Amino acid sequence: MRREIRITGFGGQGVILSGVIVGKAASIYDNKNATMSQAYGPEARGSACSTQILVDDKEILYPYIRKSDVLVAMSQEGFSKFVGELKADGVLIYDEDMVNPGEVKKGIKVYPIKAQRMAETDLGRKIVTNIVMLGFFTAVTQAVPKEAMVEAIKTSVPKGTIDLNLKAFDLGYDAFE
Amino acid sequence: MKADPIGVRTGTLYLDGDRATAEGAIAAGCRFFAGYPITPSTECAELISERFPEVGGIFIQMEDEIASITAIIGAAWGGARTMTVTSGPGISLMMENIGLAIMLETPCVVANVQRGGPSTGLPTMVGQADVMQARWGSHGDYEIIAYSPQSPQEAFDFTIKAFNMAERYRTPVIVLLDECVGHMVEKVVIPPADTIEIEPRRLTDAAKDEYLPFAYGDDLVPDMAIAGMGYRFHVTGLTHDERGYPEMSVRCQEWLVPRLVAKIRQNADDIIEFDEENTDDADVVVVSYGISARVSRMAIDLAREKGIKVGFLRLRAIWPFPEKRVAELAKKIKSYVVVEINLGQIYYEVQRCAAGRCETLLSPHAGGGVHDPEDIFKVIEKGAKVK
Repeated sequence: MRREIRITGFGGQGVILSGVIVGKAASIYDNKNATMSQAYGPEARGSACSTQILVDDKEILYPYIRKSDVLVAMSQEGFSKFVGELKADGVLIYDEDMVNPGEVKKGIKVYPIKAQRMAETDLGRKIVTNIVMLGFFTAVTQAVPKEAMVEAIKTSVPKGTIDLNLKAFDLGYDAFE
Repeated sequence: MKADPIGVRTGTLYLDGDRATAEGAIAAGCRFFAGYPITPSTECAELISERFPEVGGIFIQMEDEIASITAIIGAAWGGARTMTVTSGPGISLMMENIGLAIMLETPCVVANVQRGGPSTGLPTMVGQADVMQARWGSHGDYEIIAYSPQSPQEAFDFTIKAFNMAERYRTPVIVLLDECVGHMVEKVVIPPADTIEIEPRRLTDAAKDEYLPFAYGDDLVPDMAIAGMGYRFHVTGLTHDERGYPEMSVRCQEWLVPRLVAKIRQNADDIIEFDEENTDDADVVVVSYGISARVSRMAIDLAREKGIKVGFLRLRAIWPFPEKRVAELAKKIKSYVVVEINLGQIYYEVQRCAAGRCETLLSPHAGGGVHDPEDIFKVIEKGAKVK
């Protein structure tokens, strides 16, 4: 089954790295096909930024999202831009301190989290907000097995930050009841 | 000869097409890179700059693209396997000296990650409109070799092929990616070094006082001397004789240029590569390449579900063009449908080879995105209705 996932935020929040981790987890550590791509503005930081990950058992032919199954939003701008492409029964995950979703269409399953605040207060490092988000995303969607995500994080983040990132992942994962 | 293990990052990686091109180059023995960063090709240059210190390569960020192509030509004559990478306006700037590389019969690789044009166009978005430029962009008569990968895995594989063909035929070879493949991240399996075949440079063993740098044998490719081997020789972009000295005459032009063309044409069957599917009973054959080939496959599936007999010809090498096969298939089908992110380039090649034996239809796209499979399907449907 093809699953289409969009992660969006500002440049500098680690949006693209999040996409790489999800895609790597699915394709290398869970043996599926996973195509990840990115869109960004000319600015290095602060501009709207998004990544899309397509996961399928079959070969992936069409390389972009047509209707997303999951939207992970870490900025208001990204949310507004991409909420429209969510399927009628899609999953919306967002950081409540950064996104005010307003009225969301009936049928869409909504999962808010305070990822940035948790990264700051529990770990003292705002920089791992994206990994807290990925933990939560993994628990909510089960799109990729937890073990595969952990392996992908270990091989994608800078050496010396693995423990911090795994803690951040667990923090997000455990936030979903 | 096998690849040097030092340059081969054996394993399963998650890489974009740009970086896979860089890994392919390093695996193929590339140890000199000169380039000027330009979106959407920069990731390739970045990775090469990171990896070269590990393999003893030389990376130079040049002042522009003209200097970049010129530097790799010089480095090739210094003995290195060389590459540059660019896009959009950058490939236009390189065109003059791609001709120099052809005239000097210099093995080198140029990767062009196509974006939307003309001019600065769509820097971060996909295009496939440099296909004819790859073939004809430099002035004068010549033939070119160009590959079109449809995935990061093929970007790796085809870049190695490009280096090998550059050495075999002593010619620049173009890896014609598109932004979509360049920026898409997928699994790339890099095999062990001892399974990667590398074409050695054709070095001369002529006696020092008898060496003629442009004398050739049956395959029309001269053996090369490189700086430091002790040979005295001259190379020039002017029309030259077998000693490499300028001779601007009809006789010499006739001696030189037809051979430059013939060394590719007469060996075209060794270079041409395509995938062919379901053409036996086909009424319509889709021709495509790069990312458009993947999207085309969705439209083909759709058409087959509706009972239309569709075959597929996917170009792995775009140049030289598979003229013979396209002409043969034209005899037994109703129509070709060419799918490309431009307003008709390979379309005209297909039409030329079909030569009126069947219809040739185009499914165009102006650039900035890939086709909607539905749009391709509609053209296939039209192609199936041709009487």
